[in-house]
Amino acid sequence: MTPAIGVRLLAGPRGWESLTEHQKRLGRRPQGTGHLIDVLRDSGLRGRGGAWFPTWRKWSAVRESSDGHAVVVVNGHEGEPLSAKDRVLLQMRPHLVLDGAALAAEALGASQVVVYLSRSSKETDQAVRRAVEERRVLEEPPVGVERTAHRYVAGESSAVVSRASGSQSKPRFTLVRMAEKGVDDRPTLVQNAETLAHVAMIARHGPAWFRQLGTEASPGTTLMTLTGNVKRPGVYEVDLRATVGAVVRETGGTVSPPAGALLGGYFGSWFAPAALDALPLDVDVLRSRHGAAFGCGILAVLPQGGCAIVEATRILAYLAAESAGQCGPCVNGLAALAETMGRVSSSSAELGDIENVMRWVDMVKGRGACHHPDGAVGQLHSALCVFKEHLHAHLIGRACRGAKTAGFPQPPAPGDGWK
Amino acid sequence: MSRLRVNPTLCTGYGYCAEIVPELVSVDDWGYPIVSRSDIDSDELLKLARRAVATCPRLALLIEESTRDA
Repeated sequence: MTPAIGVRLLAGPRGWESLTEHQKRLGRRPQGTGHLIDVLRDSGLRGRGGAWFPTWRKWSAVRESSDGHAVVVVNGHEGEPLSAKDRVLLQMRPHLVLDGAALAAEALGASQVVVYLSRSSKETDQAVRRAVEERRVLEEPPVGVERTAHRYVAGESSAVVSRASGSQSKPRFTLVRMAEKGVDDRPTLVQNAETLAHVAMIARHGPAWFRQLGTEASPGTTLMTLTGNVKRPGVYEVDLRATVGAVVRETGGTVSPPAGALLGGYFGSWFAPAALDALPLDVDVLRSRHGAAFGCGILAVLPQGGCAIVEATRILAYLAAESAGQCGPCVNGLAALAETMGRVSSSSAELGDIENVMRWVDMVKGRGACHHPDGAVGQLHSALCVFKEHLHAHLIGRACRGAKTAGFPQPPAPGDGWK
Repeated sequence: MSRLRVNPTLCTGYGYCAEIVPELVSVDDWGYPIVSRSDIDSDELLKLARRAVATCPRLALLIEESTRDA
């Protein structure tokens, strides 16, 4: 099964595509109506921000509450340090994403579209603003661009709503769904940029076309970011029917024999080298057979001599520093885990360290306002389970050369401010 | 049916709730409440849960009518 690289969202010219080129290549987009929700249901499109929630269900909840003043937020924040797919998409195909946003606005009765971006990428901001400017001639709801500090959790949907309502980009605790009360208490759709690009294609070509690629439960193509020990790191559009092995081979293979891989980014799951080749991308199979999530489509391959325990600890320490600092279990739990795992990772664990780590992993799960602590401990826990023997070597104090091997690209310095 | 919930962004770990209704609330290693996810199944527990809600100095507790799963 070849992964069919770059055939839909990333087909067409390299680099930024103007409105004229875009419309010449794909035709004008149709009008967005309530019927589009049925089309999305038939297409089986699921959200590409990480949760893979059925898109049509999100849309129908907003439509039910909308009185014509709903808000559509295009989430292009991409706080995940290993991911580049939304940035690449918005830089190359802003009109595909904005088509999807306009379709959503029309279908859901929204009077406003907000493109939500991280301040870390000037190129994305420029590409989007240029595209928004070009679209002024079209009769569409007005599009604004909202930028925020680059923080890991700032792209979480309740943080997006908070920022777009003029407050800080920190997650909120609420019992009311944002489909009812989101930005400025208006019904709100927060949708990942890539998902909206798929919407723009499905609205043009229909659900049967979309399902020609991918699997029954995960139809279509998806954007993946390949990083670490691969010859040609970057963003690729792949068929969801493909396996991890096929994707890696088709994109040029690895530099050294992999020591393992992290799928799904900083909230993702670890895999041993032997498991990689046949590993499917289908999100339901990943979940049921491997207890893993595809997340926002990151595959980070560890080089020969690299150590998943060391890498997982680095990631955990970054995520601990990136807590919004609002919830006790996240603030205290991740800090304690980072400190203790620091000792394990440097092969200087103390008595009881690993028992505490395992206990805290369970203790913090599900206790934040958002899923930040859950994702952070999930990633750590999967490394500890998959690389059990290697963990044992750390615990008995055997020096690990992985500590000196360059693994994944280093996490950026923790962000600054929340606006 | 109803459940006790804590808003973790308001809670600073006073711990009164765990004293008042230990059947529903325990504390973690840092003194923050771990609240039971199960339905409150007796009037007596509901009364205690309401007292915990009223006593919380941070107003971080609430009783959620679980007609839908959040």
